[in-house]
Amino acid sequence: MYVVVIGGGNVGYYLTRELLQAGHEVVMIEKNASRARQIADELGSIVVPNDGCEGRYQELAGMGRADVIAAVTGDDEDNLVACQVAKMHFNVPRAIARVNNPKNESLFRQLAIDDTVSPTRAILGVIEHEIPIHDLLHLAELEGGGLEIVEAQLTADSPVIGRELRELPLPEGTSIAVILRGSRAVPARPETRLVDGDRMLAITSAEREPELRRLLIGD
Amino acid sequence: MRIIIIGCGRVGAATAVALDKRGDHVTVVDVEARAFERLPTDYSGVTIRGNGTDEDILRSAEAEMADIVMALTEGDNRNVMAAQLAKHVFGVPRVIAKINDPLRAGAYRTLGLETICRTTILSQALATAAADGAAATNGMVEEPTAEPMRGAPPSGSRAEAEAEAAVDEEAVGDEAVAETSTAEEG
Repeated sequence: MYVVVIGGGNVGYYLTRELLQAGHEVVMIEKNASRARQIADELGSIVVPNDGCEGRYQELAGMGRADVIAAVTGDDEDNLVACQVAKMHFNVPRAIARVNNPKNESLFRQLAIDDTVSPTRAILGVIEHEIPIHDLLHLAELEGGGLEIVEAQLTADSPVIGRELRELPLPEGTSIAVILRGSRAVPARPETRLVDGDRMLAITSAEREPELRRLLIGD
Repeated sequence: MRIIIIGCGRVGAATAVALDKRGDHVTVVDVEARAFERLPTDYSGVTIRGNGTDEDILRSAEAEMADIVMALTEGDNRNVMAAQLAKHVFGVPRVIAKINDPLRAGAYRTLGLETICRTTILSQALATAAADGAAATNGMVEEPTAEPMRGAPPSGSRAEAEAEAAVDEEAVGDEAVAETSTAEEG
């Protein structure tokens, strides 16, 4: 695959190195001339020492035949613009942006960025798994209809303990996928009865999420 | 009208003041609290310290009620992102982004942004001023407001007498310096 990496910080550097080792063809665009030279000394002449948001430097990097652009600078706005320029001028099939403010993820998707990666959200996810909290955990977003997979951890005071799934007035368009009990996956059947400690995985929409949270976890 | 201005630099501050005077409801957003010192004491609008590309900050600026958002920071990309955030997340009817790279500006107009480009404005105004004079630029190139001070003052005037007196004093000083340096050479 031919990949153009925007940004030669730590993320860009290690990404480029890994891609090269995996046998991919990679060109990096890095704005800072001395950083660009430093990386070129190590990885070979694959670095364009200029602004990766500008069309002419993207052209120089061969964006026209790139399969993927990965914009991984430390600035969300630069990553957004680099991806948008690559899409608009070079019709790159796949644009991936690093997103520092996790709230920008939905904006970027709306603006035709194919994939976003948020280290902040990833770390947040790890922390949330460690600390019990009375909220739904976001496990994944599903492309398209704005659906997401969430997890609800049931405790003794949860309003649904002891009830069967069929009794639950689930919000519209929401479905329970599976229940994790200890190390077992219990199928979500109508007669499945919920107990303390269950972790319910559900698919729902962002609008219905508060309703689902009230139902499963309480106020 | 409710207008949000992102970036309180010279352009942002001057725009905020003009719109505030006109009676619009103006909110200025800037990451630096000190930037608001550019606003005069009689500015009656709102100021919010924060990053205009941050959804939460735009929400606290009540972007969902704004008629116009202007992104006027020094960074083209920041302006592009703030403008698109305003348009797509908050549904602001009109967004204007300052984009100093004309090529990038052209690309973003195709995505529904209004753009203003310093390079284009300045170069057009200067070309017009060169060809047709400053008056033809509609105030963008301004004509001098007074004659330059140069040449000899009219004879017999007080200014002429003062100038002569000043020259005499200088001449005396020069002679003194010349004597000293001759002595050193000898």
